[in-house]
Amino acid sequence: MARYLLKKILVSLVTLWLVASATFLLMHMVPGGPFLAEKSPSEATLKALNEKYGLDQPLSIQYKNYFAKLLKGDMGPSIKQRGREVDDIIKTGFKVSARVGGLSILLAVILGVPLGSFAALNRGKWPDSLILLISTTGIAVPSFVVSTVLMMIFSVKLDLLPTYGLTTWKHYIMPVMSLAFYPTAYISRLTRSSMLEVLGQDYIRTAKAKGLPMYKVLFKHALRNAILPVVTYLGPLLAYTLTGSFVVERIFTVPGLGNFFISSILNRDYTMIMGTTIFLATLIIIMNLVVDIVYKLVDPRISYN
Amino acid sequence: MDMNRKPNKLSLQLDVSDFIPAREDEKQSLVIMRDSVGFWRNGFSRLAKNKIAMVSLFVIMLTLIFSFIMPIFYPYSYEQQIRGSENLAPMQYSQAELNRKEEGEKIFPHILGTDALGRDTTVRLMMGSRISLSVGIIASFLVLLIGSTYGAVSGFVGGKLDIVMMQFVDIIYAIPDILIIIILMVTLKYPLQKLAATVPFFAWINVIGVGLICIFIVFSLLYWVGMARIVRSQILSLKEQEFVTAARALGAKNSRIIGKHLLTNAIGTLIVTTTLQIPSAIFTESFLSFIGIGVSAPMPSLGSMASSAIGGLTSYPYRLFAPAVMISIIILSFNLFGDGLRDAFDPKLKN
Repeated sequence: MARYLLKKILVSLVTLWLVASATFLLMHMVPGGPFLAEKSPSEATLKALNEKYGLDQPLSIQYKNYFAKLLKGDMGPSIKQRGREVDDIIKTGFKVSARVGGLSILLAVILGVPLGSFAALNRGKWPDSLILLISTTGIAVPSFVVSTVLMMIFSVKLDLLPTYGLTTWKHYIMPVMSLAFYPTAYISRLTRSSMLEVLGQDYIRTAKAKGLPMYKVLFKHALRNAILPVVTYLGPLLAYTLTGSFVVERIFTVPGLGNFFISSILNRDYTMIMGTTIFLATLIIIMNLVVDIVYKLVDPRISYN
Repeated sequence: MDMNRKPNKLSLQLDVSDFIPAREDEKQSLVIMRDSVGFWRNGFSRLAKNKIAMVSLFVIMLTLIFSFIMPIFYPYSYEQQIRGSENLAPMQYSQAELNRKEEGEKIFPHILGTDALGRDTTVRLMMGSRISLSVGIIASFLVLLIGSTYGAVSGFVGGKLDIVMMQFVDIIYAIPDILIIIILMVTLKYPLQKLAATVPFFAWINVIGVGLICIFIVFSLLYWVGMARIVRSQILSLKEQEFVTAARALGAKNSRIIGKHLLTNAIGTLIVTTTLQIPSAIFTESFLSFIGIGVSAPMPSLGSMASSAIGGLTSYPYRLFAPAVMISIIILSFNLFGDGLRDAFDPKLKN
């Protein structure tokens, strides 16, 4: 286990370095720096600005400088949002994204697992068919479709919910629902199929035969084993929530990390691009690692060789 | 001898009639009735019995006709801006068109209306679906090509090379793909445009569109690793089997063993994985176009059509409907067809 962990962490570090370097080189490949978009600054201002952020130096020196600073935990100032530090922006953005994302993951698990189990218990009857139909369609609908349809119904037609910002609890409803839609469908399908498999096992029959009440059979024996695939899905789910958040945060103008990431790329805000990429990449990689370990803890049969 | 004599059950005397040659119809009854069924026929007959898969196949065919054949015969083209016909509702005619109709001219209706620039939404929907389908199919084919070659070599050679190659796969696998895809999409455009403008050999890039080429490159750079892993594990188990030893004993080269024996035996898995790759590629493309970094205008994509519909959600809510339904139908039918293929050709993969 220790060896396995060590290897995994090493691979993660290499991956992170690769992602960071690739991002650094790629964003400098694009013609037009961060200042060109503004109302054509004069030659002198441009030069001064480039000098201020060290953009006049050769790429290799910039690369060295950036990573030397990064190792000390300094991501530098944002080029576009004057006077703000990148890690400061990331912190505020992440708080918002984590709240919306966390709520939607929670919602997806709370809805998905019972729905899937319920479908499995009623295999072949109409509740099963209904849940299967809904979840199969749910997987095929992209998050931008879900969010715009929600917006059309609840804001345009019924005028119940606000369409942008994130100030009251009402603002959370639509972003969280749109983000939770796909994972709910996926988790319920996953739970259904693994539940069906578990319910056919001998130990479930044994548990029933020895007279355990049904709820005990379900919760103590069936669900505990059926939930394993859901646990492994949580890693990719986080990545999905992030990609979903790129779209959903943009549609509902939520001031979150996904929104910042896209706009920093479109604005060529070099330090922000680097900061958000490294932050998000680290987050995803760590989550995948955690899921690996949790999976091992939940299912001791898995060995790592 | 008296033929009607009751046979003595204990008699050891042989009955001559037992040794008469069998008649033709008697011979027939001994033939095994069931023909031997090959891999393909077995799979296809199982697939044909799967109603959901057949319906999705039918829907896929319809969308292919809708997006690749119908635009050729359609009276409008996707970039054609009809003056005075801006923002028409479905089946509505502009004043100019009504006047011309009055004069007895035949005018094809705008079935789904027009957009803010006076472009017919129906034909744009067809072209958008064409983009989505091409991205899905071509990207998955590239993934299949790269992934299966890489996985086959890694699994077949084994040893140190396998360890190094799989380590590389692990690293790519750990890369948060969507981050890199977005960055690559934005940055790759410029060198590609330059290439198309300066080197005559690459002028075709502009014909297909820089955005599309970017998508193909990005997908084939990142998405082949899943395929490589699956193919490698298949090859690992296949290469230990007797027919490989037999082929080697007959003097077959490595390339022949990989191409002719190993990949052929893994073909069920390859087909299934490739088919299931298509909807996920379509998904990603629509997402990229939605946030505005996918296919470049004026070429429509289902994602960019949905994105531009958001601006006028209050006045023209129906504009969102068509691309949203279309993209969901395409993804759903490919998902269901892929599931059917898996059940038919590769039941082992189910869990």
